[in-house]
Amino acid sequence: MFFLLDPFFYEIVISGLLAGVMYALVALGFVLIFKASGIFNFAQGVLALFAALTLVGFQTGQIPFAHLLSVFGFHVSHWGSGFPTIIALLFSLLVMIGLAWLIVQIVLKPLVNQEGIILFMATIGLAYVLEGVGDLMWGANVKELNVGLPEGPSEFILDTTDMFIDKLEISAAVVAIILVTVLTLFSAYTKMGRALRAVADDHQAALSVGISLETIWWIVWSVSGIVALVAGVMWGAKSGVQFSLSLIALKALPVLMLGGFTSIPGAIIGGLIIGLGEKLFEFYIGPMIGGATENWFAYMLALIFLLFRPQGLFGEKIIERV
Amino acid sequence: MFYREAGDFKTSYKSDQETFPLKLDKVLFWIAMAIAAFVVPFFLNEYWEKAIFLPFFIYALAAIGLNILTGYCGQVSLGTGGFMAVGAYASFKLMTGFPALDMFVVIMIAGLITAGVGVLFGLPSLRIKGFYLAVATLASQFFLVWLFNKWEWTYNYSATGQINSPQRDFLGIVVTGPYTKPWATYLFCLGFLFLFAWIARNLVRGRIGRSWMAIRDMDIAAEIIGVNPLMAKMSAFAISSFFVGVAGALYFAVWLGAAEPTEAFSIDQSFDVLFMIIIGGLGSILGSLIGAAFIVLLPVLFKNVFVGILGIPTDIAEFSQIILVGALIVFFLIKEPHGIVAYWRTLKGKLRLWPFPY
Repeated sequence: MFFLLDPFFYEIVISGLLAGVMYALVALGFVLIFKASGIFNFAQGVLALFAALTLVGFQTGQIPFAHLLSVFGFHVSHWGSGFPTIIALLFSLLVMIGLAWLIVQIVLKPLVNQEGIILFMATIGLAYVLEGVGDLMWGANVKELNVGLPEGPSEFILDTTDMFIDKLEISAAVVAIILVTVLTLFSAYTKMGRALRAVADDHQAALSVGISLETIWWIVWSVSGIVALVAGVMWGAKSGVQFSLSLIALKALPVLMLGGFTSIPGAIIGGLIIGLGEKLFEFYIGPMIGGATENWFAYMLALIFLLFRPQGLFGEKIIERV
Repeated sequence: MFYREAGDFKTSYKSDQETFPLKLDKVLFWIAMAIAAFVVPFFLNEYWEKAIFLPFFIYALAAIGLNILTGYCGQVSLGTGGFMAVGAYASFKLMTGFPALDMFVVIMIAGLITAGVGVLFGLPSLRIKGFYLAVATLASQFFLVWLFNKWEWTYNYSATGQINSPQRDFLGIVVTGPYTKPWATYLFCLGFLFLFAWIARNLVRGRIGRSWMAIRDMDIAAEIIGVNPLMAKMSAFAISSFFVGVAGALYFAVWLGAAEPTEAFSIDQSFDVLFMIIIGGLGSILGSLIGAAFIVLLPVLFKNVFVGILGIPTDIAEFSQIILVGALIVFFLIKEPHGIVAYWRTLKGKLRLWPFPY
C-alpha cells in the first residue's frame, strides 16, 4: 500500500472528489428532467453556457444582439455599467424560467408521446439553437465571470496539511450540497414536489388526478435551468465563460450512466466516482500511456460498468414488455 | 401529365420489387447518372470539386452508413467521427506501408478494419439500448480520437502528429496526393458512392435488412419471431462501420489530403452525419443523399449569399447557420419525422395525378 503514504495521493483524492461534485452539478439537471418527463436533455450543457452568458451580460451591462444590430447600422454595445451581481443573478433566473416556458411550448408540446430517442435528438437540435442564440446575443469571445466567490488556494489547508486545494472548488461543493438538500426537500415536502413525483411515476395517472403536465414540465425545465445557472456560474468562475463550457455536458453523461438516469443520489455518487477515478487514473496510469486520458476514461468506465448493470448504480430496473 | 405510370405493367414479382418501379424514374435516374459521370467532369474546376462534390459524395457515404445503423436498425450512434478516423488512419498506414497497393484495395481494407472496430464498440448494444447506447458510443468517439493523438505508430512518428496522404493511383490514374486532377477524384468518389448506395439499397430490402428493421421496430418481438438479435445488431454495426470507414478513408486520402485527429474527426462530425440522416430521412438511402447535400451545401450557401452578397460579418452568418440547423432538426422531428425524403414522396404522388387530382 505504498501509495497511501504518498502525500500527492490525498491531494488527488480530494481534488478528484471536488471535481466530481462539479460534474454532479451538471448531471443533476439531466436527472431532474429525465425523471419528470423521460427526456434525456442533451442541451443541459448549452443551457449552463447560456445561463452563464446571460449572467455575464447582465453583470457587465451588455446589450443583447449588439453585434447583430451593428449590421443594421446601430452601433451600441453597453448601456451603462451593468447590474450588481445579485440583481443580475435574479434577472438570469427569470430568463431561464422564460426560456423553459419557450422550450416546453415550442419543442416539447408537439412531441408529446414520442419515443425517447426522438426527444433526445430534438434536444440535440435545441442545443444547437441555444448555442447559436447565445453567441449571437452576447458575443462569442471568452468572458470572465466573477460573482464574488473566494478563489485561489486555501491558505488554511495549505498551512495545516500542505495540500493545494482551490477555494472555488470547496465553495462549489458547499453549493452543490445546499442545492441537493433543497431539491430533495422540495420534492419530498411541497405540494409541487409531490406532483412532480407523481408525473415521474405515471403520466396518465397524474393527468387523471388533475395535474397539468404542461405546468409540471415548465417547472421541471425551470428548475433544471436554475441548476444549469448554478453549474454555469461555478464552471464559468473556474475557467471563464466560453463555448467549451457547453462541453461539460459531455463530462456529465458518463456520470449519469454510472449513477443511473433516474436517481439524484446516483448523480452525486456517480460524479464522485468519475471525478476520483479520472484523476487517479490520469496520475498513476496516464503517464504510461501518453496522458490526457480524462477525455475518455469516464466513458470507458461507464461503458464497462453498464455491461454488467445496464440501468446504472441506482437507476430503476429496466423492464420491457412486448 | 408527363410523370405517369399508365402503361407500366408489372408482370413478375421481380419487376414489381424494382428500385425504380416506374419506367420514367429509371430513365431519369440513368440520364442523371450519365450526366454526372460523363458531362460534369469536363466542366469541373478545383472549387466545385473540393467545396461541393467531394464533401457531398463522402458525407453521403457516411450518412448511408449511419442510416443503416440508426435508420434501419434503430441503434443511435454518436461515434461516426471516431469510426471515420479509423478508416482514415487505416488507409494512411496501408498507403505508407504498402506503396504498391491500388487505392481501391486500400480503401476497401480500411473499410474492413473499421468494420472490425465497429463490431467491438457495437458489443455493448446487446446489453444496453436507446440513449444509454447513444451515450456509450460517445466512448468510441473520445477514445479513438485520443488513441490517434497519442499512439505515434498510427501517424508514423511524424513530428506534427498530422497525417498526409502520399500520391497513390487507381488503375494508373492518380487519385491522392497533391497532383490530382479534379475529374479523377470526382469520378473516384462518385464511383464509390454509386457502388455503395447500390449495395446498401439491395441490403436493406433483403433478408438482412428486414431483420434490421424488425429489431428497430421492437427487438423483443423480433427475437420471438426468430430474428437473431446478435447477428442483426452486429451485422448492422459491421456494415455501417464499413461504410463509415470507407467514407473516412476517402475523406482523408482523397478530399483533405492531410488530417489531424482532434480537428478533422471531432464530435461535430458525428453530429453532422446524424443531422444529415434526421433531416434527409431516417431509414432511406435517398434520404441520406438529400441530407448530405443539405448539410454540405448549407454552409456554402451561407458563405456565398450572406457573407459574399449581403456583406454580413462571417461570425453572424456562422451563428445563424448553427441556429438554422438546430431549428431544422427540431422542425423535422416535429413536422416530418421521415425527413425531406417524405416531401419528395408526396411530391411524386401529386405529380402522378397532376393536373387532375381526383
